[in-house]
Amino acid sequence: MKKNFGFHVDLDMFIPATDEDKKYLVQMRPSSTFFKDGVKRLYKNKVAFVSLIVIVLITVSSIVIPMFWPYSYESQLGIVPGKPVDPSYKNLKPFEYGKTEKVAIENGKSVFPHIFGTDSAGRDYFIRVIYGTRVSLAVGFFASLIVLLIGTVIGSISGYFGGKVDLIIMRIVDIIYSLPDMLLVILLATVMRLKLKPVIDGTPLETIGSNIISLFIVFALLYWVSMCRLIRGQILSLREQEYVLSAKATGAKGKWIIAKHLIPNCISVIVISAALQIPSAIFTESYLSFLGLGVNAPMPSLGSLASEALNGLTSHTYRLIIPAIVISLIVLSLNLLGDGLRDAFDPKLNN
Amino acid sequence: MDSKTAIYIIKRILLAVFTVWVVITVTFFIMHFVPGGPFDSEKAPSAAIKAAMEKKFNLDKPLFTQYTDYLKDIVTKFDFGPSLKKRGRSVVDIIGDGMGTSAKLGLIAAAAATVCGIVLGAIAALRRNKIIDRVIMIITTAFVSMPSFIIGSILLILFSIKYKVFPANGSTAEGLVLPIITLALYPTAYITRLTRSSMLDVLGQDYIRTAKAKGVSSANVIFGHALKNSLIPVLTYVGPMLAYIVTGSLVVEKIFAVPGIGRAFVNSITGRDYPLIMGTTIILATLIVIMNLITDILYKVVDPRISFD
Repeated sequence: MKKNFGFHVDLDMFIPATDEDKKYLVQMRPSSTFFKDGVKRLYKNKVAFVSLIVIVLITVSSIVIPMFWPYSYESQLGIVPGKPVDPSYKNLKPFEYGKTEKVAIENGKSVFPHIFGTDSAGRDYFIRVIYGTRVSLAVGFFASLIVLLIGTVIGSISGYFGGKVDLIIMRIVDIIYSLPDMLLVILLATVMRLKLKPVIDGTPLETIGSNIISLFIVFALLYWVSMCRLIRGQILSLREQEYVLSAKATGAKGKWIIAKHLIPNCISVIVISAALQIPSAIFTESYLSFLGLGVNAPMPSLGSLASEALNGLTSHTYRLIIPAIVISLIVLSLNLLGDGLRDAFDPKLNN
Repeated sequence: MDSKTAIYIIKRILLAVFTVWVVITVTFFIMHFVPGGPFDSEKAPSAAIKAAMEKKFNLDKPLFTQYTDYLKDIVTKFDFGPSLKKRGRSVVDIIGDGMGTSAKLGLIAAAAATVCGIVLGAIAALRRNKIIDRVIMIITTAFVSMPSFIIGSILLILFSIKYKVFPANGSTAEGLVLPIITLALYPTAYITRLTRSSMLDVLGQDYIRTAKAKGVSSANVIFGHALKNSLIPVLTYVGPMLAYIVTGSLVVEKIFAVPGIGRAFVNSITGRDYPLIMGTTIILATLIVIMNLITDILYKVVDPRISFD
């Protein structure tokens, strides 16, 4: 007899499921992680996916092409030791050849073409653009990495410990935030390259150049603040979660909780803002190079190539257009990819 | 205005003053951190001449005395010292010469960017997902990704060299057209995107539906309710826009040979004219700090929903 209002358990509800029932209840879809979901969403976002392909293509070609290209970014063609300089190699138009190369072609030898011609010093322009792309990308990447590291460490300390530590850090952040960054970048870059040059001469750092190192230092000094604010905000909300309390209850120390619980949980926010930081670093580098404060000659960067091109603007317009297109392409695709990453990986935006 | 707002404004002003002091101090010590005096780069002068020069520019005093003197001169007399390279000219004179042109350039660019940005952004939001919205978004995305010196150079090639519509020399009024366009493009694109997203946000609010439901005309809904409220986020961009225009004018004035502060600054860097570098940095930085201050205060006053913390 069924007792609708009784406390007796209806045993019929607890009979084992038949095989058919089990099959029906089993989840057919393989389990998916947060990361897999994000990748799937990113893949569906055509614009972001195309941007990703463009960036990968540009990056790979800027690394691979200099390996087999017959010309180097610094060697001035037409200069042979012991002979007078051959001026026919300067300012070649695309697919033109210098004097000795023409002779070689007449003799049946094949000469690798200068796809973008040469610059005013007789250097193959194509390889300079490729190398400049590599330099700009590397500067953008490492500058963002520095910002990321410093911002994450200081931001998580500030957010986790709170109180006086937080107050002091946040006041410093406020002040740096209201400093006009670009002017200070210019100022620091001007001074640093003079001060750094004697220090790094003869060390492996010399190849990077004092200007780029000062750019990194400037980034490390000034640009971590927005990352720091972002991470602090994240940590502030995360540290109130139950799993942090349970970690504390089992005796975990602050360092462990930050490294094992808090940072992994805001990793998506970190990655997204780092992706958006790279184009801004590339922008800054190109801007400084344009003012003559960027990479040290003869090393090219996209900004310095554009700056050099201004001198022969009327006769060699393409020398400005090429680096301009590459810069815009890189920055545009990184921005679009960053937006795509945010849409795909920021769980708060998923609805 | 309640007391909370007043406290916020006072706090914000104190922070701004402190920031300006930090800028002056940092600039001063950074510039004196440079190895070698400013007279080392020239044809090596004799020791006596060098000593006389250093005495003239007060470089023989201890560093801290130089610093307090410098600070005192700025605060009491607005004096940034003499230029090292242009004989008999003070830094304030040189900056004053360029100020008029640069201010004209910057203000027109800022005004043009604000008006065009708001109009384009509103159109894009009202015609969401239509062709005109797509076109506006694609163009603005492209402009946000292009450094100002590239936009400037391309405009220079097209309109001064190829078609000769405007002169390439920025010292005439006609010559200022291209620099203004160059400076305004990025902020225009940014404001357009900002207005669009903020307007879309506002258009989805309940009070817009209420207004429509009670029969307010669509023009009134757009201009009276939606546009007015969606302009608040745009207000926050005024400060950063000024900072962008100030730094952007450095390269733009270089490209178009505009006789403004930006060009004086770039020349002072290449010419190692230390007092001029310091003076320009401090004045431009103060300008940016003041604009940020005004923006922040306006923002909190205009939108009462914003909390004070």
